[in-house]
Amino acid sequence: MKIDQESLQKIAHLARLEVKPEEEAEMLSSLNSVLTWMEELNEIDTENVKPLTHITLEINALREDKVIPSISRAEGLFNAPKQDGEYFRVPKVVE
Amino acid sequence: MNQEIRDKYEVVIGLEVHAQLQTESKIFAADATAFGAAPNTHISPITLGHPGTLPKLNKKAVEYAIRLGLAVGSEISKYQHFDRKNYFYPDLPKGYQITQDKTPICIGGGVKVKLSTGEKTVRFHHIHLEEDAGKSLHQEGSSDSLLDYNRAGTPLVEMVTEPEIKSAEEAAQFVTEVRKLVRYLQICDGNMEEGSLRCDVNVSVMLVGSKVFGTKVEIKNMNSIRFIQKAIEYEIVRQIEAIESDEKIIQETRNFDPATGRTSGMREKESMNDYRYFAEPDLPPLHISEEWIQSVKSQMPALPWELFEKFIQHYKLPEYDAGVLTDTREIAEYFESTVSFTNNYKAASNWVMGSVKSFLNENSLEISDFGISPARLAQLIQLVDDGKVSNSVASQQIFPEMLLDLTKTPLQIAESKNLIQQSNTDTLQTLIDEVLANNEAKVKEYKNGKKGLLAMFMGEVMKKSKGSADPKVTSVLLQKSLEN
Repeated sequence: MKIDQESLQKIAHLARLEVKPEEEAEMLSSLNSVLTWMEELNEIDTENVKPLTHITLEINALREDKVIPSISRAEGLFNAPKQDGEYFRVPKVVE
Repeated sequence: MNQEIRDKYEVVIGLEVHAQLQTESKIFAADATAFGAAPNTHISPITLGHPGTLPKLNKKAVEYAIRLGLAVGSEISKYQHFDRKNYFYPDLPKGYQITQDKTPICIGGGVKVKLSTGEKTVRFHHIHLEEDAGKSLHQEGSSDSLLDYNRAGTPLVEMVTEPEIKSAEEAAQFVTEVRKLVRYLQICDGNMEEGSLRCDVNVSVMLVGSKVFGTKVEIKNMNSIRFIQKAIEYEIVRQIEAIESDEKIIQETRNFDPATGRTSGMREKESMNDYRYFAEPDLPPLHISEEWIQSVKSQMPALPWELFEKFIQHYKLPEYDAGVLTDTREIAEYFESTVSFTNNYKAASNWVMGSVKSFLNENSLEISDFGISPARLAQLIQLVDDGKVSNSVASQQIFPEMLLDLTKTPLQIAESKNLIQQSNTDTLQTLIDEVLANNEAKVKEYKNGKKGLLAMFMGEVMKKSKGSADPKVTSVLLQKSLEN
């Protein structure tokens, strides 16, 4: 698999990153070298290996359904770039 | 639309029904899920998606999803994990939604729906667990959207049907059945107005017999069964008209406007269709043992269709009655409780479907708000069965009085208001004799064959008894006296 300029911009956009034109070449070569390296894994025969989704052996970390009050509204809003004491405020999302 | 054109097309509908699970706390955090709290008061660092926080799964949410799966005959997945669905939208604080993409908790299953054309099972593709998003408010004239994260992290089950629903009616019936079911199971309050149950609808049309589905359109976030039906009806006509005039259907998300009854394309700033799912590393896998499934099964409440059958088989009620009485779990329970005090099942059914339900409807009350206990209602039924009062006296005079004074028994009310029917034959015979003596001419006519006069004599006796004469006894005595 090879990343071209178009897919680079698409991936950047999905992550809300801005890649400047002068950064594109370096970014492409580094992404492609990572992918090439990862592709070596494809050479391994995984026919009888179960997919590994988690690296710990832990399963079923569950909590009982109990309400434990957490932070206050003021604390929750504290770090927001914009808020009005009740709501988080963001640039309008619908036209 | 011209029926001939309409009949050329076949409709394909798939639904995604989201039901908020009635847990106290959120699916991955301990903050409350209660509806209607002041904005951003049910939040925590986990809900807000702060770095370094660790979600932990709510056991009850898992059990509720298993309960649903067992009720609809799904296979419960033994090995599950959660996945991240990545997209940016302000109501999603983490930049991803935790959901189950690869290993949904329930596979398959289905719900029976009753249609004008018969019964049909709508099958589920799967049911999965996920977290709800927050709520955005868009104020007229403001350049900001307001975000309330109280709802973020509320547990949801998403029920995804196979694309095999064929009409708006079928879709509406299906959602009605699902809503009834989750309420019976006590896993979701089914309150569509508050958004506890919401539905995304996928609609497409194709020529009858075609093997290839048409381009589908998704109508999002429908929160009323009537709107679902209307939106689908509108969309079917719109799509057929477009195809007939050689326009292309665009695959898009559309909104339904209840005011106009139309759907319109959403002007989204971005199409969000590249979710880049991957396994959620913060939550260890979930393994469901057979013992766990059995323990959920053992706590399973009665299912609506089981009660429906029981009401027909055991209580010998007509299908219509069984349908009305099992419409909600609460009504069904009230009925069952009533018949634990009386063997007159049909009378109990008539009372609950009639006087009780109309009182609740007129006053916009739920059966849980209803003051007359099942035991009291059974006493009233007994009073009628004993011939002490007529049915109409019971429903028109005693029942309203019972509602006014919950401490009095029906018998006390009947006695204090002088409503006990005269079934004492001596008293009644005296009245009858008087009536016959006063109407000698009519008695002669009766004896000459004008049998229809019986009703007139009945009326006279009733009048004399001030309505308290037992009609059955009176009728027998009256006929006997007239035949002499």
